[in-house]
Order: sequence, then C-alpha cells, then structure tokens
Amino acid sequence: MTAAARPAPMPGTTPKPSLRQRTSRGSALADRAATVVLWGTGAFVLLLLGSIIVHFALAAAGVLSLSFLLDDPSGSSLGGIMPVLWNSIYMLVLTMLIAVPVGILGGIYMSEYARENAVTGAIRFAEESISSVPSIVVGLFGLILFVDNAHWGFTALAGALALTFFNLPLMTRLAEQALRSVPQEERSASLALGATKWQTIRHVVLPLAIPGLITGVILTAGRVFGEAAVLLFTAGVGTPPHYDFTNFDLSSPVSPWSPFRPATTLSVYIYKLNSEGLGAFKNQIVDGSAAVLIAMVLIFNLGARFVGRLLTRRMTAA
Amino acid sequence: MAQMTTTYEKVSLRAKRRWQDRIDIPQVVVFMAAASMIAIVALLLLFIFWQGIQLFVKDGQSIGTIFDSTWNPLADTPEYGILPFILGTLVVTVGALAISTPLSVGLALFLSEVAPNWAKSIVQPALEIFVGIPSVVWGWLGITVLVPWLSDTFPKKIALTLPIVGQVFSMPGFLTGFSWLAGSLVLSIMVLPTITSVSYDAFRAVPQELRTGSLALGTTRWQTIRHLLIPAALSGVLTAVVLGMTRAAGEALAVQMVIGNSPTLPAAITQPVTTLTSQITLDMGNTVFGEPWQDALWTMSLVLLIISVTSVVLVRVINKRRLGA
Repeated sequence: MTAAARPAPMPGTTPKPSLRQRTSRGSALADRAATVVLWGTGAFVLLLLGSIIVHFALAAAGVLSLSFLLDDPSGSSLGGIMPVLWNSIYMLVLTMLIAVPVGILGGIYMSEYARENAVTGAIRFAEESISSVPSIVVGLFGLILFVDNAHWGFTALAGALALTFFNLPLMTRLAEQALRSVPQEERSASLALGATKWQTIRHVVLPLAIPGLITGVILTAGRVFGEAAVLLFTAGVGTPPHYDFTNFDLSSPVSPWSPFRPATTLSVYIYKLNSEGLGAFKNQIVDGSAAVLIAMVLIFNLGARFVGRLLTRRMTAA
Repeated sequence: MAQMTTTYEKVSLRAKRRWQDRIDIPQVVVFMAAASMIAIVALLLLFIFWQGIQLFVKDGQSIGTIFDSTWNPLADTPEYGILPFILGTLVVTVGALAISTPLSVGLALFLSEVAPNWAKSIVQPALEIFVGIPSVVWGWLGITVLVPWLSDTFPKKIALTLPIVGQVFSMPGFLTGFSWLAGSLVLSIMVLPTITSVSYDAFRAVPQELRTGSLALGTTRWQTIRHLLIPAALSGVLTAVVLGMTRAAGEALAVQMVIGNSPTLPAAITQPVTTLTSQITLDMGNTVFGEPWQDALWTMSLVLLIISVTSVVLVRVINKRRLGA
C-alpha cells in the first residue's frame, strides 16, 4: 500500500505515523538484503558448477582424444585409459545386474506388501543404516568377507558385490517411490476385474512405474560409476594388463570378461595415480580421466531426465 | 405320496487349497529381497565389530588406547593411540559444517521461498550434478586448485592485533596448503547437496496457510522466513545437518588427498591433520592381515561405524520429536 492511497489527515491534526510506517523502513531493508543474499547462494552454486566444468574442459583440452580413450596406459608417454574405462563400465554392468533386480523386488515389497510392523521398521532401519555407513567401511566389509575369508583375492565380483551392498538401499528406495506413485485406482480396477495381487503388480503396477524405475536405475548407475572408496580394497588398485578381448575364458585371470580378476576402475585409477605421484604425464592423465568422469556424470543425469520424461509422455499419452 | 428328496453333496465354497496356493511365492521372493538389507547390515556390524575389537582382545592393548594421542606403529614398542584421527575427523567435519550449513540452508530457502520456477529449474539439476561428481574428482580439484591457492595466498603467519587488546590470535601460515581448512572446504561443497535437499524438503513441508497467515499480518518475506519458517522447520534442518555430518565424517578419498595426513593432534586450520578415513585408506594396503597395526585400523573403522549408527538413531529421535509434537 502506498502513502498516496491513505485517507488524507483531518485538518488541524498532525498525522500519527502508523506502526507499519515506523517499522517498515528497517524491515524492508532487511527483506531486500535477505533476498539479495538468497539469490546469491543460487548464483554461487551455478557459478561453481560452471567454473568446475570450464576448468576441466580447459585442463583436458590437450589430453582428450580418441587414442586417450582407446590406448593402454604407458609408462613413457601419455598413453590411454582404455582398460580402466573398460573396467568402470564392466563393474557398472556387473553391479547393476545384481542390484537392479534385487532393488526392484525389494521396492515391490516395501510399496505393495509391507505393513506397518516391526519387520518393516527393521528393514527401514537397515536401509537408513547402510546409506549412512561410510563407503570406506563398506569396502572394508567387502575386504574381510570376500577377499580374506572367501579367499577370492581382489576381484571384480568382490567389488561388484560390495558396490551392491552400498547402493541397494538407494535402488530399493527409488523403486519404492516409483511404485508408490502409481495411482491406487489402477490397482483397485485390476483387483476388481479378478486379477490376483501378483497379476496386478506384474501387469498393471510395474508397467506404469517404468519411467520412475528407469530414472532410479540411471541415478544409481551414476553413483556406482564414480565410486572409488568401496573398490579400493575389493577390486584392487593395480594397473591393468593389456586386455585381450578375444579371450572369453571366464576362469582366466587375464580375460577382460572374467569377474574373477582384479578390476581397477577409472576413479580408483585417479586415486592411485595421485597417491603414487609418479610419471611425467600424471597431471594430464588425471585431468583427462576426471573430465571423462564428469562427462559421464552429466550424461547419466541428463539421460535420467530425458528418458524419464520421454517414457512418462509415452505412457500417459497411450 | 413319495416325497421328492434330493441330497446335496456338501461342497465348501472355498476350493481345497494346495500348499502352493497357501504360500504366496511372489510375496516370499520380494520379502527376501527387501530383508536382504537386514542381513547385510547384521553381517557388516558383526564383522567390523569382531575385527575392531581384535586390538584389545588379541593384541592386548587396553581400551584406553583409543584416547591415547601417540600414533607410532613402527616404533620398537609400537603405540596405537587413535585420538589424533578421532579429533581430526571431528574438527574437519565441524569446519565443513560451519561453512556449509549457512550456505546450504540459504540455498534451500532460496529454492523453496524465493526462486521463480525458471531459476529452480536451473539450480536443482545443478545440485544433482554436484551429487554425482565423484569423490576423487573433488580431491583432485582440491589438490590442483585449492591447495596451491591457499599456500600462495596465505604463506605467512596470520595474526589479528587490535589496538588496545593486543594480539587476539595468531597462527602459522599455510606451509604447503595441505591442511585442515582445505579438507573442510572440499567437504563443505561435497555435503552441500545433502544439507540443501533435506532442508528444502523441511521448508516445503511447512503448510502454505502459515505463510499466507503471516504475510497477511503485514510481515515481510524475510520476517516470515526468520520467525516462522526456520522455527517450524528446525527439526528438519537439524536432520539435514546430522546427515551432512555423517557424510562428511565418512568421506575418505577427497579428504585424504588434501588434508596432509599428519598423525598429530589438530593445531590450527592452516596445518595438516589426519582423519580416521584417510589413515585407513593410506595404511590398509601397507599392512598385513592380523598384525596389530592393521587391527588398529579395524578399530578405527569400528569407531566410524559407531559414529554413523549413532547419527541414524539421532535422526530418528529428532524426527520422532517432530512427529510427536
């Protein structure tokens, strides 16, 4: 309200300043300042993200090339990151092969079957606990369970299982959310037609939840791809040998297809290069590798968004 | 007259059920998938607890070792005091939260109260990308950008001297840049998305009627935020800070890369320190399974586990109070 809108003071009386007027100058100023500060936080985050992306784009400009992606690491020249990039993708697929089915099934239980009782409470508590356990401790758990007690040594499978442990709560929760967002009417209609509960889940709820499930899978994949602390003591840190992709012998310790071989991933490789601090090309290799990791993160994020939106549109239009 | 009699066979309306029908196989399968998380947690607690107590059980160290400040596993009479690591984790985490909490809560307020939709649709995806950036990349950024900047900018003694009071405080400058502050700064960015998104949910959960009621009384937006929203969402914000703390205390690689790893008690924010996670990361590969040195590392991971389980319980207590009120 502006002062002009106020009724004019009676002649002969001095206008008494309203409460609003007396306090408003200070509080209006504080409000203005707060608004500026809050906008500043938003701008800061964007600026930071922008400068990180620009930083790595510049740092990796002279490094990234097709041969950097496709060559073996080399002691004397820049070399490439092909084997560790391969291992990252291999570990991702191996982990998701285990984590996605178990996570979706667990999500089905939590969304469709779980009643509010002690067992459900225990599952939720377990879910929250694993999410808060430091990744390095999950890695140590994998070390003691698979590497030491099961005598597997450092293997891709041990790493993938430890990664599954770490990411199962996330996958389960995202699957539960996706299933819960399916409207109750869909279930009622299916049950009213005489379908059993499982038929309803299988043929009505799951198909409707697919967009959400796929978003969940991609988000989990993004986290699996960059994880290093879990893998340090389960999948090993050695520089991989030259991989012969025609070797399909799954029991062979040098076959790139075998889950029973050490598998240093891209993130672990960055950590290892940094801690050993050797080689004339260390900085370039790490900058290039970090740029590849960030590019993958962007692809996973945008991919999750795009696929989710596309599928939702297709599902709701049909 | 013969009465017509018909005899009916007594048939149950419910068909006789075989055992396969009585047990709902899909239900059993999905239950086992969900319950597998209980098994994982139980096994993890069991194994880490068992390994963590070996230092006391097998190697004959006293429980008081945890509070001893000398770490020297290579000496003739090795000492496994892990106090420097516990305190290091504590101070680096507190530093990170001190930087990150105001920023994150401000950002959450911006997203929930101030930002128009177009700004939200840019900042929220940006935060999701932050979550996805791997720990080692943050560490590498710390090493190549932050650490050199710190050592170049503040190489000399930092002191504050006031006219009458005299020297208020002084601390040595950054010798190398690898320091407590570097660790806290890197962590503060890493926990920013966690604190922001949980506080954002807490602010969104405050009913719209309260906002309109407050604004109708003639308050400004900032007054509404300060006197209504922040008190109303306080337990949610607290939850956010605890979750951020958990993440900060458990983060390993990024911290290890920038913190300098000096196993001494924390002295100043410009000096190198060490944390539980970074020492485990550094030493685990250099030790042999079963030797006291490695057992001390397992004890340190047990301490980490206790920290994280405590925080889960803490979050539950905070939320129960909120729901009970």
